[in-house]
Amino acid sequence: MVVKEETYQHIWELLKDIPDPEIPVLSILDLGVVRTISSEENKLIITITPTYSGCPAMNQFEDDIVSKLKENGIDNVIIKMTYDPPWTTDWINDEAKKRLEDYGIAPPVKGTQDKGILFKEKVKVRCPQCKSTNTEVISQFGSTACKALYKCNDCLEPFDYFKCL
Amino acid sequence: MKNLFKYILRLADNSLILGHRLSENCSWGPYLEEDISITNTALDLLGQAEELLIYAAEVENEGRTADDLAYKRPEIEYYNVQLTEQPNEDFAHIQVRQFFMDAFNFYLYSALKNSSDTTIAAISAKSLKEVTYHLRRSSEWMIRLGKGTSESKERVNKAVNNLWQFTSELFEMDEVDEALISEGIAVDLNEIKKLWNDKVTEIFEMANISKPEDGYKATGSRKGYHTEYLGYILAEMQYLPRAYPTAKW
Repeated sequence: MVVKEETYQHIWELLKDIPDPEIPVLSILDLGVVRTISSEENKLIITITPTYSGCPAMNQFEDDIVSKLKENGIDNVIIKMTYDPPWTTDWINDEAKKRLEDYGIAPPVKGTQDKGILFKEKVKVRCPQCKSTNTEVISQFGSTACKALYKCNDCLEPFDYFKCL
Repeated sequence: MKNLFKYILRLADNSLILGHRLSENCSWGPYLEEDISITNTALDLLGQAEELLIYAAEVENEGRTADDLAYKRPEIEYYNVQLTEQPNEDFAHIQVRQFFMDAFNFYLYSALKNSSDTTIAAISAKSLKEVTYHLRRSSEWMIRLGKGTSESKERVNKAVNNLWQFTSELFEMDEVDEALISEGIAVDLNEIKKLWNDKVTEIFEMANISKPEDGYKATGSRKGYHTEYLGYILAEMQYLPRAYPTAKW
């Protein structure tokens, strides 16, 4: 199969519509899960990277990619997994972060101590409801591996925070 | 390749067995958020174990898959340190075991991300991000328990005293390590030991926990020798694929 540049463009466009099964306002492209699209002999190779090592959504991503392409007449798809470079929340663009916040999940705060270790200055996370930064962490882990649980001390709402990784 | 295979299995088995132990707490956490934390940590560890077992199967190149390695190896072919298989007992034991392993994994993966083996380096760089969270959480729990109520102090100190005998095994090395260190693949665990000791001392001081005297030291996992607990873990974990070898998800 000779794959033309337009075909790759077309495939990227198709993948744009696949939502994250846990956070439907983000697509798998917003998350940066799809790394490369290439071809080898008769096969199309989509290389993806896991968000978290044990992320249970990864199998869903694979199934969704394969069935989406199949619907559009593209068979012979192979999904490959890569770990390098490791996934980072820095790949989520500003527009997607805005959508996350509107959805009620505080987006990852770039360049904060999340990546560091222990007891450094705490992250200032903004409440997605009232936008106050007077918030505190309830638990390092929330409803999924990629989120932490916070609460707002002003509007008193609990909310999910998409952790920096 | 035999050395590399064994080395990857050690890393994988530590994560797999500890992950399994933690997953036993699912729905038994002291409160909802902590229940979620314990199981999310288990999920990270099982994910890391899967990545490593896939690579181990590839390195072995004898037709076994990651699932074969997880579900069809007997105890004697498991190389996890005995600390990871110790029973949950109470919340203090869970967190102390976790803190000892998190601190070890943190420094180990910090070093292994520069391994000359590019797959080990990539998996380590990824795991390190997750382990950083784990270490922060278990360190904070050590301090909360150590500075908490009279009961939490008593329990956390008891757990430290019970589990201390299993910590020296973390740093044992044999001919596998020596061969791989010379190739730049493995890490000299003497260096990790120093960093681990400093971290444990620092957190113990913050938590008012006294460091136990060295006494009996558990050993044997490098050769596949384990405490009685691993057999029960494997019996539960391997039951389904052994009883129904053709079962598929």
